[in-house]
Amino acid sequence: MAVKTLTIDDKPVSAREDQTILEAAREAGIGIPTLCQLSGVANLGACRLCLVEVAGVPKLLPACVTLVQEGMQVFTNTERLREYRKMIVELLFAERNHVCAVCVANGHCELQNLAIAVGMDHVRYSYRFPKLEVDTTHEKFGIDHNRCVLCARCVRVCDEIEGAHTWDIAGRGAKSHIISDMNVPWGSATSCTSCGKCVQACPTGAIFKLGATVAEQIKDRTRLDFIVTAREKKQWVG
Amino acid sequence: MSQRIVIDPVTRIEGHAKISIFLDDEGQVSDARFHVTEYRGFEKFCEGRPFWEMPGITARICGICPISHVLASAKAGDGILAVQISPTANKLRRLMNLGQITQSHALSFFHLSSPDFLLGFDSDPATRNVFGLIKADPELARRGIRLRQFGQDVISYLGGSKIHPAWATPGGVRTPLTEEARADIKARLPEAFETTRIALDLFKKLLDKYGREAHIFGNFPSLFMGLVGPNGVWEHHDGTLRFVDSSRNIIADNLQARDYQSFIGEAVEPWSYLKFPYYKPMGYPDGCYRVGPLARLNVCDHMGTPQADKELSEFRSASGAVNSSFMYHQARLIEILCALETIEILLDDPDIMGDRLRADAGVNQLESVGVSEAPRGTLFHHYKVDRDGRLEFVNLIISTGQNNVAMNRTVAQIARHYVRGPKVEEGMLNRVEAGIRCFDPCLSCSTHALGQMPLEVDIVSADGEVIRRIAR
Ligand code: SF4
Ligand code: SF4
Ligand code: FES
Repeated sequence: MAVKTLTIDDKPVSAREDQTILEAAREAGIGIPTLCQLSGVANLGACRLCLVEVAGVPKLLPACVTLVQEGMQVFTNTERLREYRKMIVELLFAERNHVCAVCVANGHCELQNLAIAVGMDHVRYSYRFPKLEVDTTHEKFGIDHNRCVLCARCVRVCDEIEGAHTWDIAGRGAKSHIISDMNVPWGSATSCTSCGKCVQACPTGAIFKLGATVAEQIKDRTRLDFIVTAREKKQWVG
Repeated sequence: MSQRIVIDPVTRIEGHAKISIFLDDEGQVSDARFHVTEYRGFEKFCEGRPFWEMPGITARICGICPISHVLASAKAGDGILAVQISPTANKLRRLMNLGQITQSHALSFFHLSSPDFLLGFDSDPATRNVFGLIKADPELARRGIRLRQFGQDVISYLGGSKIHPAWATPGGVRTPLTEEARADIKARLPEAFETTRIALDLFKKLLDKYGREAHIFGNFPSLFMGLVGPNGVWEHHDGTLRFVDSSRNIIADNLQARDYQSFIGEAVEPWSYLKFPYYKPMGYPDGCYRVGPLARLNVCDHMGTPQADKELSEFRSASGAVNSSFMYHQARLIEILCALETIEILLDDPDIMGDRLRADAGVNQLESVGVSEAPRGTLFHHYKVDRDGRLEFVNLIISTGQNNVAMNRTVAQIARHYVRGPKVEEGMLNRVEAGIRCFDPCLSCSTHALGQMPLEVDIVSADGEVIRRIAR
């Protein structure tokens, strides 16, 4: 497979032609913040946190879904990007109801980590305070829509790894929300195998093990990777 | 023309409060009131949340006694799961509550109240605080700070964080006690005992000097309520509820927390955000009862540990219950002593190092009441959930709220004795504040449950005419 050479933050990097900017950057030890990206499932480009600047391209490009090209000059950490990322994180907080102090994911939450990483010290937008449900009808798990960032990681792990396709996103724009089966309570979703992959995949406290209390929901993403590698490469490495 | 003197804010108690003193034509105190001007509305906020979150959420009600909420909430949660928690979990929860009682009482006595007794009620208000105490008696202040630290460390050894550890959960507790923690707590017990003894001896000596305060600081007959264990032993976490009257006659016993609505009523007054709980069979306000250290010592038959039992028999009045609210201070010290003795026993209990910590169950009951003795008094958490464990109803009865009526009586009683005419000296006003501090109220958690914000200030002249009304 052809190899492309490019620069990321002025650092010369070479990558396979089927790699994304995000993958190339990570291999080169350059971190780009992400949220919807999850290794083991398809990239979606939903959250826009991984936006980068490419010389000669007026638009900002999502690194997780943009393939590398020969001679590309990529910038991952410009003033403009830092400002955008902060904005995106602030908007995520403003859109739903995040009360970290009492959240099951407090201290183990990717959204929280992002807020710290982008240096968010307050939210400049007015909170929307939507009235949202907590669905605890499933016998083992719960989903609190107040904490969902609509990253669709749950949708993808359930569809691509488990093959159950319990989750979907319904509605448009600000009305988008996660549904199980044909918009029935999770406990009535007959497609759900109760495997718990979505619990591990969810970056926030939105999906959790029932009974978890504050700061108790620690997610283990490596389990997902393990399954994917085992299935695709027949390698059982943990 | 009547006048109103307002002391605002009451310094050195947690939360915000306002006291109004009403004067008549002659400038004599006709009435006094303790207002709470803070509003939190937690109960509404919790509706719709899974009940498992409640220990964590309610721990946020109060930064001063989060542990008490965590424990009462976890107990209410046990009821919804319909499980009996393991002996290890129960003993660990008890250990944590004893740590909480120790640290909270130490704070109340050494940091908040002792500046009044030791530096004098009439000393300069600028130095009549813990810093003044550090200057005047550095050894005592240092000991007090270390005793509080001891209690806080018992909590953080278990909960991990001394601020808001949602460590007790429905079904048990999250983490065990480590061998290191047990050894450290044990090693520090002797100093904690010593400090408590010093404080007790000191307070008893001071009682001669402050006979007048002891006599008029909220000294009136009332009922008392608290948990008692088997054979009437002092209790702080399990057991059943008991009411005694001012002569220590038991007027109700073996009451179950889940039936609280049959014996506790909650009155509302337009001028306060606090609810006014009362003993239902006697009506409001006759059914006014006190809770907390003084009440627990009045309701129990014995403390259950040798040193504390000796102190209790000295403390007990021949004529019945100890009715002066000034004696809350001594009651606090006796409770610390009992807590320390009990911690010592618990640390040697083989169950305490067990690893069966948490029962796993689903929603098996739709309604439950959890009760525990917070340092300031009995605390109830009452939840109703739907079949999936989402809260449909939450009612919290908070310690400070139950002392509400008693605090008002205390303020009026002190004001009548110490405040005469419009000229009021700082030392006098401070006695009114000090009267309130006997109850160690933490107001943020007591003002939680009203749907709207009633706010009404009346200034009433001697002939009963409202000369000014500010309402919203
Ligand atoms: S999901 Fe994350 S950001 Fe949202 S409340 Fe929970 S900890 Fe906070
Ligand atoms: S529930 Fe979790 S994984 Fe699913 S979309 Fe929401 S935040 Fe993402
Ligand atoms: S991580 Fe690339 S768009 Fe979300």
